[in-house]
Amino acid sequence: MHNLRADERISIELREMYQHCGYLPYKVNQFEEYDLYMRNKRFLTSENVLAFSDMDGKLMALKPDVTLSIVKNTKDSADTTKVSYAERVYRVPRGGKCFKEIMQTGLEVIGRVDAYTMGEVLTLAARSLAAISDRCALDVADLGIVSGILAEENLSDDLSAQILERISDKNLHGLKALCEKWNLSDRTVRRLCSLVTVYGPFEATLPIYEQMDLPPVCDQALCDLRAVLEMTRACGVKNINLDFSVVNDMNYYNGLIFSGFVDGVPESVLSGGRYDSLMRRMGRSSQAMGFAVYLDQLDRLLDRRPETDVDVLITYTDGTPMEAILAAAQKARAGGESVRVQRAGETAVRSRRTLAL
Amino acid sequence: MNEMINVALPKGRLGDKAYEILERSGYPCPAMKEDNRKLTFENPEIGVRYFLVKPSDVAVYVERGAADIGIAGKDILLEYRPDVYELLDLKMGRCRMCVAGPKDFRDDPAQTLRVATKFPNIARAYYSGLSREIELIHLNGSIELAPLVGLSDVIVDIVETGKTLYENGLAPLAEIVDISARLIANKASFKFKGDALRALCRQMERTMNL
Repeated sequence: MHNLRADERISIELREMYQHCGYLPYKVNQFEEYDLYMRNKRFLTSENVLAFSDMDGKLMALKPDVTLSIVKNTKDSADTTKVSYAERVYRVPRGGKCFKEIMQTGLEVIGRVDAYTMGEVLTLAARSLAAISDRCALDVADLGIVSGILAEENLSDDLSAQILERISDKNLHGLKALCEKWNLSDRTVRRLCSLVTVYGPFEATLPIYEQMDLPPVCDQALCDLRAVLEMTRACGVKNINLDFSVVNDMNYYNGLIFSGFVDGVPESVLSGGRYDSLMRRMGRSSQAMGFAVYLDQLDRLLDRRPETDVDVLITYTDGTPMEAILAAAQKARAGGESVRVQRAGETAVRSRRTLAL
Repeated sequence: MNEMINVALPKGRLGDKAYEILERSGYPCPAMKEDNRKLTFENPEIGVRYFLVKPSDVAVYVERGAADIGIAGKDILLEYRPDVYELLDLKMGRCRMCVAGPKDFRDDPAQTLRVATKFPNIARAYYSGLSREIELIHLNGSIELAPLVGLSDVIVDIVETGKTLYENGLAPLAEIVDISARLIANKASFKFKGDALRALCRQMERTMNL
């Protein structure tokens, strides 16, 4: 595998890991109806979608996301589906100005998502990061706690979204100013501020939240977090933080939500969570959870440029017999070396040794 | 391991003031005060490296991880929406993002409003919140000229004292948002250099009595 690019190598490694845990390979169509993305554009990292007209005039898109396609093709059933995928998606990266083909690997569980399943998905997410780099961190939060706190106030969707944005930015001053402007109760302000200021290693931080004065409606979320903490601990997974800056759009996500980082890549390389709310929006009653690993950023991190392009460079001139070139190349290749044959005088590729014929 | 903290500072007055606070907070770099054209300055003993960049580029350096932290105006954060943590309101470089126009301007809702600005996203978001149809005219400077020569009806721009507006027969018509300098951090750096960045943030808070 040493000749593969970093994203390809990691993608294979991750797929093997997921299949080893019983997540069956899933292949989705390269194209989807454009409408699927327009109806759920806030679920996408970027709202821009590459669209084209199909032969029958129907507006189609190159898929910018995999989860929506898997959900669309999964029927509500008593059974739980566990799938993994490695797909190329097309979208504008955050802060980017043009479309990019991005290799994305991930897994989805659709059906019943119980405590064991949540722990399994989170453990696989943490192990995916560890497969990329030893210096990695998985930030976990539960939207049930945020929605539980916000439910005590009668807030518009827009104001809730603004509050979420400030929590996500760790913007304490902005959060306080917003709460003051809208006259939220002191208790709510105190609780929301804690979501910004209290973060850290999962094991040490969860007890702080468990001791906090949170509304009873948050109990389920705390139970879920406790269950996944126990499971990740039992699996020996480290580098998980409880950090509410990963909170995301509550129209699609609910419950456990997480985001992964590796040192050397400036943005998150993994994101996922419970998305029962998306299922409801798409007319499904099943529960669902999954995550995606974005491999496009990893080349810079993992690809060490080799010092040479090939092992052997064979050069020839007009007078060199073809048989001699062939014999020299075959001999070197038979010994396991990579060989480049080119005319003498051309710009040489970097090689460990050169053979001038 | 004592890793370097990379700090992106905006060139100009705001950057000078921000550096002075960082210096007083225990992050000095004497090379910063030398009169030369260097763009990066290091103090390996303290473990800090400063970059001087165009103010509107600070957020780009931080978002893409070339700098771990930076000082950026809230106007830039609202306009470009970089995916960064906004850790402190430094309460300096204060000004207002305003709609401005001729002193006697009366908005005619029957007409599309022509708005000239350097901040198209902020202007679009503001008028979209009012459900007002606008035609955006993106300019890069001398915004105040636009309504004077009939290029636009109003402008959306930063107002500090309002002197330039008044001298040109214009006035602030509505305030969109208060602007000040913010300490921002790269999200991944915050995971892997968290202790050092939190310490810097606390020191700045103390120095400035925030």
